Order: sequence, then C-alpha cells, then structure tokens
Amino acid sequence: MYVFLIRRVLAAIPVVVVVTIFVFALLHLAPGDPAAIIAGDLATAEDVAKIRAKLGLDQPLMIQFFTWAGQLLRGDLGNSIFSAHPVSQLIGQRLEPTLTLTVMTLFISILLAVPLGVIAAWRVGSWIDRGVMGFAVFGFSVPGFVIGYVLIWVFAIELDWLPVQGYTPLAKGFWPWLSNIILPSVTLALAYMALIARITRAAMLETLSQDYIRTAHAKGLATPHVLLRHALHNAAVPIVTVIGIGVALLIGGVVVTESVFAIPGLGRLTVDAILRRDYPVIQGIILVFSGAYVLVNLIVDMLYTVLDPRIRY
Amino acid sequence: MTPPVLAVSGLRTHFFTRDGVVKAVDGVSLSLARGETLGLVGESGCGKSITALSILRLVPSPPGRIVEGSVRFDGTELLDLEPAAMRAIRGNRISMIFQEPMTSLNPVMTVGRQIAETVALHQQLPRRAAMDRAIEMLALVKIPDTRRRAAEYPHQLSGGMRQRVMIAIAMACTPTILIADEPTTALDVTIQAQILDLMLEMKERTGAAVMLITHDLGVIAETAQRVVVMYAGRKVEEASTRDLFARPRHPYTRGLMTSIPRLNRDADESARATRLTEIPGMVPALINLAPGCTYAPRCAYATGQCRIAFPPEVEAAPGHLVACWNAESLPEMERA
Ligand SMILES: Nc1ncnc2c1ncn2[C@@H]1O[C@H](COP(=O)(O)OP(=O)(O)OP(=O)(O)O)[C@@H](O)[C@H]1O
Ligand SMILES: [Mg+2]
Repeated sequence: MYVFLIRRVLAAIPVVVVVTIFVFALLHLAPGDPAAIIAGDLATAEDVAKIRAKLGLDQPLMIQFFTWAGQLLRGDLGNSIFSAHPVSQLIGQRLEPTLTLTVMTLFISILLAVPLGVIAAWRVGSWIDRGVMGFAVFGFSVPGFVIGYVLIWVFAIELDWLPVQGYTPLAKGFWPWLSNIILPSVTLALAYMALIARITRAAMLETLSQDYIRTAHAKGLATPHVLLRHALHNAAVPIVTVIGIGVALLIGGVVVTESVFAIPGLGRLTVDAILRRDYPVIQGIILVFSGAYVLVNLIVDMLYTVLDPRIRY
Repeated sequence: MTPPVLAVSGLRTHFFTRDGVVKAVDGVSLSLARGETLGLVGESGCGKSITALSILRLVPSPPGRIVEGSVRFDGTELLDLEPAAMRAIRGNRISMIFQEPMTSLNPVMTVGRQIAETVALHQQLPRRAAMDRAIEMLALVKIPDTRRRAAEYPHQLSGGMRQRVMIAIAMACTPTILIADEPTTALDVTIQAQILDLMLEMKERTGAAVMLITHDLGVIAETAQRVVVMYAGRKVEEASTRDLFARPRHPYTRGLMTSIPRLNRDADESARATRLTEIPGMVPALINLAPGCTYAPRCAYATGQCRIAFPPEVEAAPGHLVACWNAESLPEMERA
C-alpha cells in the first residue's frame, strides 16, 4: 500500500512540473512585453523599464524560471501587482469560503445523488426512475446562475429564510456560516448531482444484472443489503471516477457561483485578477487549482485499490 | 409413505416480453422426498433453471412472473409467503448452486466473508464465529490452506475452487434441499467428477435432498434416484432412474439416450461430457407455441393427434409418468 502511495506521488511530479512551466509561460509567452502588460496601458516607457528591472525580466528566460520556481518551492508566489500584497496571503484569505463551498457541494451531491441513482436502478422503469432521470436532464441543462437567482428569489427574498448573499466565516458561528453557504452549495450541487445520479444508475444497472447479485438474493439477504453491500460496492469504481472528474468541473462552477452570491472566495479573486491582469495572482490561483486537482486524482486512484481488489498498480 | 419435502404442482412461470409471452415453465409438477436425489434433464432452454428459480422465487421480475401453481415446502406454501419469511428459507433451508462459478461470486468480497455472510444472517452468529464457521466450511469442501484462502478474492481462485466455495456457501446452514443447477457444466472435464463427488459427499453428510439439474444423462445415471425429463417448459416423463433407463417411454427421452454413445455406469469421460444436442431439429422458442405436443415437429412417431392437443400425463407403470399420445405403441428401443 505504502509502496503504491509513494509510486503514485512520484508519478504526479512530472504533472506538477509541466503545470509549473505552463504557468510560468503564461506570462512570458503572452503577446507583448510582460513588463508592459504588467505596467498597464497608461504607463510610460520609464515605468515599464523600472518594472522590468524590478521583476528581473531583463534576465535570460532560464534564469528567470529557476528564480521563480525557487521562490515557489519556498511558498513564495510573488506579490500582487494591484495591491502589492503577497499572493500567498491573498489566496490564503480567500481559501475558506471556496473550500467550504466545494466541500459542502460535494457533500450534498454525493449524499443525495448516490441514493437516488441506486433507487432509480433498483426500480428501473418506474416513476421514481423517470423522476430521477428527468431531474438529471433538468440539472444538466439549466445554467447555474439561473438556478442561483431562482433560489435566491424563492428562499431569500420571498420566504426570507436564508440570506441573499455574502459569506460568514465558520469562526463567527455555525448557523450564520451554514445559512450563507446553503443556497450557493445547492446551486452548484444541482448539475453535479445530475451527473452523479446518472452514472450511479448506469453502473448499478450493470451490476444488478450480474450473476453474483442473484447469488446474494439466493442467500436470503435483504434487498438493502444486496443493493448496498453487493451491488453498490461493485459499481463504486465508475462512480468515484466521475466524482473525481466532477471536481474539475466544480472549479469552473465555483467562479460563477461565487459571483452570483457575492462570496469572497478564490472564484471572485480569479475574476478580479483577470480583469486587472494581475498576473502573479492568476498564476498563483492556477497553481493552487492544479495542485488540488492532482491531489483529487491521487485520492481517486487510491480509492480504486481500496474498492476493487482486482485493481493493482 | 412420508409426504415429500418439496411438492411443485402446476407451476407456470412466464416472461412478459415485448415480443410476446415466453412460457418458460408451463405446468410443471414434481416432488422431492427427504434425502432423495432427483435429476432434472432436458436440452438447453427447456426451462430447467427457471423451474429452480421459481421454487426460490428468484425469477427476474419484470419480465418474469409465476402466474400459476403451488410450491409446498415442508407443509408451507412458498408462493404465499411474506418476503421476509421467504428470505429466511433462501440459503438456509433451500439453497442453490449455480451454473456459472466464474461469475456467481462477488468479485470485491473475500470468499471467507461471502460464506460467513450467510451463516451470520441465518444463524445469528457474531462476525467472528461466522468467519470461523466459514473457514470450517472451506475445509469441508477440501480447499487447502483455509485461513489464507478465506482472505482471498474470487479472482485468485480457479473455476473448480470457486464452485467449491459456492458449495460451501450453499451447505453452510445445512439446508433441507440443495438445488444444483448444472454445477459442473462450466468446469474442466477433469474437475467435473471431483465437484460432483464433493456435492454428493456433502449431501450424505447433511442428509439434504438434492435436485440436480443437468444436460448429462450419464451424471443422472450415477447419482439420481428419480428423473424428471423436461421439454419446452413441460415435464414429458418422470420415473425412477432404473425404470427410465430400462424403458424410456417418451420419444424425446429416447432421443436423449441415443444421443450419448454408451449408457452404463462407467461411461468414460468423453461420453459423460457429451451435450444433448444431437436430436435432429431444435428446441422451439417458447413463444407463441402452436397447439399440440411441442415435441411433435421433431418426433419420428408423431401422428395427427399430436398436432392437435398436448397429451395428458398418464401413469404408464407404477411411478412412471409420461405425456405422449403414442407412449404405448412405441416400438422396443434398439440397444447397441
Ligand atoms: N429474462 C428472460 N426474459 C425472457 N425469457 C427468458 C428470460 N430468462 C429465461 N427466459 C426463457 O426461458 C426459457 C427457459 O430458460 P432456462 O434458463 O430455464 O433454460 P435451461 O433449461 O436452464 O437451459 P440451460 O440448459 O441452457 O441452462 C428459455 O427459452 C429462455 O429464453
Ligand atoms: Mg439453466
């Protein structure tokens, strides 16, 4: 197990290196002079020269890369051009809302979508099945921001049960934190649930037709036990795969949802940084998101071996 | 005579498909005495497995449904039983071994747990005790190195080993009836005899009655006391093994017999492996069947009457039932 873990971590290194090179290239291969880009449209030639010297942009590219990568290794992502704050600090401040939103979304989607998919497959062709499938199509086809605004209108404005927007840190109390995060999480979860429910249903249909399910029934096991212990466990690999892929989709969804609900998270930071062409911040965010994605993939790969004894690397 | 432990009568199990009603089992009656071995033979697709699954009420539904009949087990009507009461019988008092050892075990669960699961369920044993019992069962089915094997997954075992595990699961709760649905068909010829012997040994040990489904008349001759011959969803002949082999009364049964080269008890391995597919013609699709005897189109002795109505079942000799209009007038069977 540990050997496998170490091998897997080592295998992730090239990915990280490629991402790092790409992020570095983002600034330097962008059309035009990076210093001019950073300085902005209104800068004089003198300003540009100053920035170039300050950022070391007059050095050879290789030197620049290794200097930059060296700083990265020490956790230094550079400073924001706009606010002059360290990028790592900016990201750190925005991490909690985004992490809350993602984890909550995952939690809601998995908790609801997996049972829905299981029941739909078990009662295939019934009205429950058709309902779940109809919902899945709906969840896919309606854009997140529309769902977000509808939910705000119903639950925040008309019913006045939940706040319209904003974010309260967990440190300020559980309910304020939770009440702010419910609507955005549900908004984001909807499309994700549709995806997970569909794949769960498909994978369950496949396993429920297998001979060992008949064996399980012939043993006298009760239906819930057959569905969960025997069928769902066998269907778990594709489900976990899709959940992992879905995390990548979530990263895009977070940006939109945070804008709709005015949540000061990484998504908002991304939008702001792009609008201001704050390259160091953009680079930092991409690195964080890529790191998260590599980590999720690592976890998914680990889960495979736990879930299916036939999978060994 | 003591009442049979299992009495199936007038069983009809149909599949309601888009193309029409498939009458997989259409009016089958059979019984099983305590401790007896009953052979159920017939060509592929004649409804043997569905008969067995109907007894346990495991017919895939939809599209399948038991539309009529009765299954009495030890005085209880199984078809009227509540689901929970039915589950208490499955795997406990009536258990089943399936045709496909390669796919009948759960690939993500250790074989030890798959046995222990049944024991824990029906005997209300705690996990540890159930696992001890599972390991004991592995030893009984002659799997070496039981502790290590119990922790292995099905893909780490050979086909023969897996079928041994299936036997261990089936016998773990000392059932009253064991239904074995072609337990050796999918196995290597060299393994077949071993598995069959093991099953019979387990039967002797527990006194279970066995319903042995097979294609192989050689196996029947060696193991069964009585035989039921099925054709296209119906029983066409039933007799003690001795009577059936001494004087088969249905043309179909004769066809089955002449399709194996030799019929004595020490038939060699190649003969035992012969599949019963050498009667000219094919089993009809069990859908939109024409009236009359279903075997008539393939029967050398068919007469006009055979195409009009299905023959009733008559007792041609004590304990020897046959459903054929011409059973009495068939010529003596030629013996090689
Ligand atoms: N799910 C199903 N839907 C429709 N028809 C079915 C279904 N399952 C079985 N049947 C039909 O029921 C009939 C009997 O099948 P069964 O499996 O009992 O045959 P069998 O005698 O066990 O054959 P074999 O020796 O090949 O195992 C077949 O003709 C088959 O086409
Ligand atoms: Mg069969």
